[in-house]
Amino acid sequence: MSKVLNKTLAKNKIEWRRKAEAVKSKPATFGPDIDLSKFATPTEKEKVESLESLSKQAKEAALYVGIDADESFRAGSYFQIDHSVIYERVQQAYQGQLEIMSTSEALERYDWVADLWWQAVHVDQDKYTALAELKHTHGYFIRVFKGQKIERPIQACLFLAENNISQNVHNLIVIEDDAEAQIITGCTLHPRVEEGLHVGISEFFLGKNASLMFTMIHNWAENFDVRPRTGAVLEDNATFVSNYILLRPVKSIQMFPAAFLKGKDSRARFNTILYGMKDSYIDVGSKAVLSNKETKAEAIARAVACDQSQIYARGQLIGQVNESRAHLDCRGILFSSEAQIRAIPELFAEKAPLSELSHEAAISPIAEEEVEYLMARGLSKEEAVSTITRGFLDIDIPGLPPILKGYIQRVLDAATKEAL
Amino acid sequence: MLEVKDLTVEVDRKTILHNVNLAIDAGETHALLGPNGSGKTTLLMAIMGMPRYRIKKGQVLFQGKDITKLSIDERARLGIGLAFQRPPAVRGVKTRQIVELCLGEKNAKKVEELARKLNLAAMLERDVNQGFSGGEIKRSEMLQLLAQNPSFAMFDEPESGVDLDNIAVVGEAINEILQKERIREKKKAGLIVTHTGHILDYVNADRGHVLMEGTIVCEGNPRDLFADIRAHGYEECVKCRRC
Repeated sequence: MSKVLNKTLAKNKIEWRRKAEAVKSKPATFGPDIDLSKFATPTEKEKVESLESLSKQAKEAALYVGIDADESFRAGSYFQIDHSVIYERVQQAYQGQLEIMSTSEALERYDWVADLWWQAVHVDQDKYTALAELKHTHGYFIRVFKGQKIERPIQACLFLAENNISQNVHNLIVIEDDAEAQIITGCTLHPRVEEGLHVGISEFFLGKNASLMFTMIHNWAENFDVRPRTGAVLEDNATFVSNYILLRPVKSIQMFPAAFLKGKDSRARFNTILYGMKDSYIDVGSKAVLSNKETKAEAIARAVACDQSQIYARGQLIGQVNESRAHLDCRGILFSSEAQIRAIPELFAEKAPLSELSHEAAISPIAEEEVEYLMARGLSKEEAVSTITRGFLDIDIPGLPPILKGYIQRVLDAATKEAL
Repeated sequence: MLEVKDLTVEVDRKTILHNVNLAIDAGETHALLGPNGSGKTTLLMAIMGMPRYRIKKGQVLFQGKDITKLSIDERARLGIGLAFQRPPAVRGVKTRQIVELCLGEKNAKKVEELARKLNLAAMLERDVNQGFSGGEIKRSEMLQLLAQNPSFAMFDEPESGVDLDNIAVVGEAINEILQKERIREKKKAGLIVTHTGHILDYVNADRGHVLMEGTIVCEGNPRDLFADIRAHGYEECVKCRRC
C-alpha cells in the first residue's frame, strides 16, 4: 500500500471518528435505548480452512439463516464469528468475477473504498453508527466486477459465539455497472448465546444497470438486541431487491433501511417478513428516496404478532422528482390479545406534484370464514390457521432463487407450527 | 346415508330452520328448492357443522353415526363435502395448494388433470378465489370437490352467477362427483340447492324438497315441483300442501 493511500485513509478516519465521538451517546430516533457500556470485547479467533470444520451447532445455526457450510450452490462465502473473520472464499468458478474480503482489508487495499465509506449511511446518525466506527469489528466487503452475472448466491454469515459482546460490523457491497448478483446474509447465534448486541452497518452501491437481490435472515435470542443501519445508492437503471426475514424471538430490533434512487429508471423493492414471538420488540421500516425520473419503489411488509410481542412496521416514501412512483403495502395479523402491531406509513411528495405515492395498510385477525372454508376441505383448525398464516407471509418475491424460496418456506413452516 | 332429524337451527340468535327432516340414501341426488331467505344455505351449513349455524334441536346422522357435535373438519374427513355459494378468497393460499390438500399426498399429481377438466389450469397458481369471475369460482369449487371425493356432496346454488357454458361444465362436474354416469353400485349421494332450477337441466335429481320459511313444505319429483313453481310461484307451495 502506498503512503499516499495510507495518508488519505488516516485523514478520513480522523474525520469519521470525530463525527462518531460527537454522537456516541445519541439515542436512535426509534426503539429502546441500549446501554452500550455493558458489552465486552472478545478475543480474536483463528481462521478455518473450510466451513465444514465449524462445530455442528454453528453449522446448524448458520443453515437456519440460509448459510450452507458445504458451499456447493454458492459463488462465495464470508464467515465472521464475533469480531473475527474466520473464512472468506470465492469459489474457483467465480474467480475474477467477484471478490470477498473483510471491510478492514478492503479499506487498506483500495483507496476508493474510503470514498464510499459512510456515504449511504451517516456515521453520525446515532450511538450505534458511532459504535460501528469507534469499535469497528470488520464486516464483509463484496464486490462484483463490471458486467459479471453471478448466478449462484454469495453467502455471508455474521455469527455470535460469545455472550455479552457487541459485534459491530460494517459491510460494503459494490455491484459494478451491468453486473448482477444475489447475496444471502444470515445473522445468528450459537445456542449458548443469550445476551448481546449486533450492530450491522450495510452500505450498498449499485452501478448503472446493476442488479442485486439481497436477502437477510435473522435468528436471534430473547435477550439479544439488534441495530442494523442500511443504505443503498442506485445509479441509472439499477435494481435493488431487499428481502428481510425475522422469524425468531429477539429482545429488540430497530432498523429503517433506505434506498436512494439517484439514477434514472432505478428500482427498489423491499420485502419484509416479521414474525413476532414472546416479548420481542420489533421496529422495522423501509425507506425509499426517489430523486430521479422514472424511478420506482415498492415496500411490502407482512407482520404476525404472537404472545406479548410488539411490532412497529414503518414505511417512508419520499418523491423528490416528477415521474417517480412508489407504493407501500403493509399488512398485519395479531395472534394474541397481548400483542401489538403499529403500521406507520408515511408518504412525502417533496415539491414534485407529478410523483405518485400510495400506500395500503391493514391489521386484521385471520378471517374465521377462511379457516372454516379450509376446514370444510378436511384441514384441522390448526392446519387451516397455519396454512393461511404461511400464505399471508409468503410474499411473492419475483426472481427469488428456488433454493432460497424452498428454504424460506421451510423456515416459515417451522415458525408457524411452533407458534401454534 | 344422510339423515336430518327434527332439526332446528339458529343464526345470530334468530331461528332459521324449524324441525326439518330429510333422508338421502346412497346413490340418490336430492334437490332443495326454495325462495331467497327460506333457509336452504342454513341447512347445508348446519349439515357441514359451521359454528355460526347453531343446532338448537335435532340431529344430523351420517352413515348411521350421529355427527351433530362433530367439527367441520371431522365431518369433511368422514366424507361430507360442500361446494359453497360464495366462498371466501384466501389470500396467499394458491388454488393448487388447496386442491393438493384435498387430494392428499398419494394423489397430488392429479391436480393438473383435474384442473384441465374444469378449464382451470391457468388458475392453479392464483390465490384461491381471489379476483375469480362467477364461473371461475363455481368451477374452482367443483375442482376442490372432485379432489376431495366426498361420499356425500352438497352444492349451494351451483348455477348462480354462471353463464350457460359454465353451467354445463359445472353440471358435468356434479355428475362426476356423484357418479351419475354409473348405472349400478352408485355409492355417492348429493344435495343440490337451487333457486332457479337451471342446474336440473344438467343433473338428474331423484327427489325434490321445497323449503319455505325454514320448513320443508313440499316434496316430490323435482321436475314436477319446478314446473309448478314456474307456473304458480313459491307461494302456491304453501297453499297447495299436496304432500
